[in-house]
Amino acid sequence: MVDARGLLCPMPLVMVRKELEGSNPDTLEVLVDDAGARENVTRFAESRGYKVACTEDNGDYRLVLSK
Amino acid sequence: MKKINWLVVATGGLVGLAAVVLTLLGNPANMGFCIACFLRDIAGATGMHGAAVVQYFRPEIVGLVVGAFIMAVATKEFRAKAGSAPAVRFVMGAFVMIGALAFLGCPLRMVLRMAGGDLNAWVALLGFAGGIAIGVVCLNKGFSLKRAYDAAPAEGAVLPVVLTGLFLLFLIVPSLFKFSEKGPGSMHAPVLVALLIAIVVGALAQKARLCMAGGLRDAIMFKDFKLLFGFVAIFLVALVGNLILGKFKLGFAGQPVAHSDHLWSILGMALVGWGSVLLGGCPLRQLILAGSGNGDSAVTVFGMIVGAAFAHNFGLAGAAASADAAGGVGIKGRIAVVIGLVVMAAIAYFNIPKKSKEA
Repeated sequence: MVDARGLLCPMPLVMVRKELEGSNPDTLEVLVDDAGARENVTRFAESRGYKVACTEDNGDYRLVLSK
Repeated sequence: MKKINWLVVATGGLVGLAAVVLTLLGNPANMGFCIACFLRDIAGATGMHGAAVVQYFRPEIVGLVVGAFIMAVATKEFRAKAGSAPAVRFVMGAFVMIGALAFLGCPLRMVLRMAGGDLNAWVALLGFAGGIAIGVVCLNKGFSLKRAYDAAPAEGAVLPVVLTGLFLLFLIVPSLFKFSEKGPGSMHAPVLVALLIAIVVGALAQKARLCMAGGLRDAIMFKDFKLLFGFVAIFLVALVGNLILGKFKLGFAGQPVAHSDHLWSILGMALVGWGSVLLGGCPLRQLILAGSGNGDSAVTVFGMIVGAAFAHNFGLAGAAASADAAGGVGIKGRIAVVIGLVVMAAIAYFNIPKKSKEA
């Protein structure tokens, strides 16, 4: 689980990349609260072969990355 | 991640076109937009510095912030946030401004100068890219100014409201402000046209997340060229515009509002690139973020305005070359740029987690 709320790009991307490259997980949950971060994390994860499901809750975005 | 994002490219193209049109309408050459120069002019217009040739209340700044604000509200992306190291950001904003004014332009004007054939700006690009690369190393080591938190909507509206208020004052009681009678500050497009063009550019820049530092940063860090295409689009459209209008002049000498003090252009823009990466965006992006509700970016912009005042009150800014003088960055400006680089190093050091430093 990566909680990148309150952070602007590229910080959320840096955190997600670290997780993906560190343990190569099958699924990863990412919390962001910025639309730009949501777009960038989605694009980055998709480029690494993950599918991304996004739900919005009160301005926060919960992204579930899965292979 | 190599797909072209056409919104970014179109926005970049529009910025390039708008810049050429604004120079045609009266802005100084290769200065359709220059966030650093325009904030410096605003600092001059409000009497924060006394450099008589760079004083004007630039409507473009107001327009960019208000345009971003309108777009953010319209697309429900406006969200008031603050609390991510505001004092540090203020100081960084001030030094980014000092670096930009040593070179004589923010990253956006650097691109516009490149598109005007100003080879001095191509040299400065080396410094800018080097500064970004140093910033990327800091990010990879875990640099962070920590998270921001949700704030009351009023916090997010500060910069749009302050600038709109000052702009109305400028229209209603212009005698309160100082205006250059000669020099770059005296050259400007008609007020309302400049405002409207900047509102459109600000709105699109918000949507496209356009950032001059972000392009190179993402290309280096993630092999993601999305934002870099925006940078290239600005250059190409401004280049074509300049060629059509006969304003393209290739060379080092005789360039408008520029000097050939290369080492200090490189170091000044390295300071801008490094600072912009640590701040999360170039001066243009800080304006757009502040319009989207980010109070920390508003503080950064205030820091840039104060930095501009210091740059001129202390004689730190670069002097443009003229027929009589070579111009360049004086000894005080050089010292200030070096101090700026030391300050960035210290900020980076203290905001990289200890564990990562030992690794």
